[in-house]
Amino acid sequence: MKTIFEKSVAGREGCWPCEGMAEEAYIPKELLRDGEIGLPSASELDVVRHFTRLSQRNYGVDGNFYPLGSCTMKYNPKFTEVVAAMPGFTRLHPVLPQLRGAGGLCQGALEVMYETESLLSEITGMAAFTLHPMAGAHGELTGVMLMAAYHKDRGNRKTKVIVPDSAHGTNPASAAIAGFEVVSVESKDGIVDPAALAEVLDDEVAGMMMTCPNTLGLFEKNLPEIVKMLRKVDALLYYDGANLNAIMGKMRVGDVGFDIVHLNLHKTFATPHGGGGPGSGPVGVSDKIVPFLPISRVAKREDGRYFLDYDQPKSIGYVAPFYGNFGVYLKAYAYILRLGGTGLTRATENAVLAANYMRKRLCDHFEVPFNRICMHEFVASAAAQAKKGVHALDFAKGLLDKGYHAPTVYFPLIVPEAIMIEPTETENKETLDQFCDDLIELAGLVDSNPEALTSAPVTLPVTRLDETKAARSMELTDDL
Amino acid sequence: MPFVPHTEDEVREMLATIGVDSVEDLFAEITRDMRPKSFDIPEGLSEMDVLSRLEGLAAKNATNSVSFLGAGFYDHYIPAAVDALTMRGEFYTAYTPYQPEASQGTLQAIFEYQTAVTRLLGMECANASVYDGGTALYEALMMAVRKTKRRKIVVSEALNPIYRVMLGSYTSNLDLEFVTVPHKDGLTDIEGLKAALDDSIAAVLVQNPNFFGSINDFTELFAAAKAVKAVSIVSAYPVLQTLLKTPGAMGADIAVAEGQSLGLPLSFGGPYLGIMTCTKGMIRQMPGRIVGRTTDTEGRTGYVLTLQAREQHIRRQKATSNICSNQSLCALRALVHMCALGELGLKRAARVSVERAHICAEKLTAIPGVTMLTKGAFGNEFAVTLPVNAFEAIAKLSERGYVPGFPLGRYFDGLENGLLVACTEKTSEEQIGIFAEMLRGALK
Repeated sequence: MKTIFEKSVAGREGCWPCEGMAEEAYIPKELLRDGEIGLPSASELDVVRHFTRLSQRNYGVDGNFYPLGSCTMKYNPKFTEVVAAMPGFTRLHPVLPQLRGAGGLCQGALEVMYETESLLSEITGMAAFTLHPMAGAHGELTGVMLMAAYHKDRGNRKTKVIVPDSAHGTNPASAAIAGFEVVSVESKDGIVDPAALAEVLDDEVAGMMMTCPNTLGLFEKNLPEIVKMLRKVDALLYYDGANLNAIMGKMRVGDVGFDIVHLNLHKTFATPHGGGGPGSGPVGVSDKIVPFLPISRVAKREDGRYFLDYDQPKSIGYVAPFYGNFGVYLKAYAYILRLGGTGLTRATENAVLAANYMRKRLCDHFEVPFNRICMHEFVASAAAQAKKGVHALDFAKGLLDKGYHAPTVYFPLIVPEAIMIEPTETENKETLDQFCDDLIELAGLVDSNPEALTSAPVTLPVTRLDETKAARSMELTDDL
Repeated sequence: MPFVPHTEDEVREMLATIGVDSVEDLFAEITRDMRPKSFDIPEGLSEMDVLSRLEGLAAKNATNSVSFLGAGFYDHYIPAAVDALTMRGEFYTAYTPYQPEASQGTLQAIFEYQTAVTRLLGMECANASVYDGGTALYEALMMAVRKTKRRKIVVSEALNPIYRVMLGSYTSNLDLEFVTVPHKDGLTDIEGLKAALDDSIAAVLVQNPNFFGSINDFTELFAAAKAVKAVSIVSAYPVLQTLLKTPGAMGADIAVAEGQSLGLPLSFGGPYLGIMTCTKGMIRQMPGRIVGRTTDTEGRTGYVLTLQAREQHIRRQKATSNICSNQSLCALRALVHMCALGELGLKRAARVSVERAHICAEKLTAIPGVTMLTKGAFGNEFAVTLPVNAFEAIAKLSERGYVPGFPLGRYFDGLENGLLVACTEKTSEEQIGIFAEMLRGALK
């Protein structure tokens, strides 16, 4: 499909933002740019058709089942969009509450922040939350910065962060970028092994980053022991909230001893992910970490009015220019109000039910390395099929032809030919059954017609794309 | 229960297939000592009740005020087509494009976004965006540190102070040193910045227009940086960039921007859009997602995420950044915004904004005791010095529904009477007139 730049016709007028076309006389000529910019010149209908056609070349949850492991692609209810589009929120300039006398102009927005922080604290059992981090990985970085600030304040000399081999790649990257050395610890039987942990744990460890349930979909049942071990060396326990959808109402990470938590609101609290963002990655902390939270913090006066508190002498400072992705956590707030405590717990129960149901239906057709009760997702393996020349990637592409977004493949790295499936609580039983039937049918093709898989997809606007060529030729804009 | 489809019968069937008696059996590994001490979340509300509650909260925000606030974040007009197109579920409810064949919409849009922002800033390459303009600047600085393997950074004090404090926070555990060159009465001290350059410097960071609204040409500064092999980084304002000499034409190595003004509402601070562009030579240092054009097995054009060997999911702790996603939907909004307005429409928005700001400056400085603080050329934002503390003037006027601007004293000692005033094409001449009269009254 042609790009909008190829469709551009010089001189064709788009949508005028305003009347008038002032001269450039206000700015001296030597400070002005030369020539055309090269932005498209297209009519409004040209633009509408172009982007409508583009959207039709995309899979989204509204049209396709998205069993993408570790991504929690549940249905995004539509009412949250109505909330986020309310002019009472979208028109607010972010510096308003910082002006004397103007804090009164945004009491509603400050109340949303205050209430959202309180609800997230109660859901996770943490003492306090900051909404500032703008995505999950940003929350991780903030969390590790908090870890560093805590130890610095106590005069601890800490240089290392422990990350299990089953962790998301963002965990080691976040720790390294915050200035720590990353130490890996191997899993045993799918979960963190206290004996292996003991071998790498020493006084230089600042903390450990854990995901629970982990990326194999397994519950880390040694948690209480791990917490005790870390306490002994004054190391902090960090919770990667990517998989919180599996435990809401069943376990609070604060209660079991985690010190720092980040949540992916776009996952657990059903805010659409927009093709890769924006997300929101609030960070919750236990009492001893509260003084280090980013500036500013929303607080409530005795008279019930809200204000921003900038007097945080031990704070790690600004991680965002303002208060995080307000428009995103506003949706999460509305979603929590809609579901309530019972609804959140029910969401978790049904997510776990659906994952176990699919695991059971598929385990006779694919290897499931840890074939026991799982949480909200499970990892199958196409290792047996790979010996016959059909790989996890081929199944992924075969599923695209069937109208599904593919599961996560080749992750976690510790399972060969991994196919990681997360159905979420919002898919009905017919969809789960049909997906299983279709995947089983594809498994049957390995012997009868493997080419049907290795040449998939054939129903989409493009077939398999040459990624090596893309990296080599580096065509990154339309200008070549 | 909202959004959970299973009937009781279906739940029973599923449990039977799994081979357990109850849903609770699935959570047996969470032993009693790990169960919640409390879970005191209010009962759920109907959709109607949630909406009415949120409407109530929205109504507690006084959004009918007329605002002259800018400070890097501007209230430009957004064509209706932007909402209509970007709200399409196929864009809105998609994830990161891990399966390119099923994500050509998102991928081509990012490719077009990369094209549009490189053209706007006159640069060669762009990524798919990062969180916001401040984190973009921090990532640019880290690119320079990796590239030069040096640890000293020269920063202009006329760069947005919000971004300068962010840089400080992010680098507090790293072995980096900032050399801040003070502004000169609101002007970027180009000679001072040049004097601070030597072969120990990783990067020089400036902003155009600077925080006080003043417009610069950094060509000489960037040439001086090049001479000592330091990286030149500029933070730009995208709407005005339709008029101004580009970072590329000035010889910048990296140009970043806050993309909010391209089709994103102010929304109390986010979501916003971090635009990052660079020269070809810097591309492998660039963080985050990048989309490239390629072909499929039939030779048809298609798009994929590329240069992934820099990224966290492959390189783990050795990655260029920990960034996992981008601000895809915000980037899409910016692209649709630029396309809907087009080359001429975006220029028109910029020119009218500049004109309104100049009319406003004239009216304000006609008030006794009010003088221009911004020297030389400015775009749609400028600073004035008031005869009183700016915080007080703001408090008085905002009570009456006019928010006059940003108090410079919040970040700059000695500029307590300084007020930063911004206009856009949405600011009417009538509003400017009322604002000037109100300020005149308040200063009497």
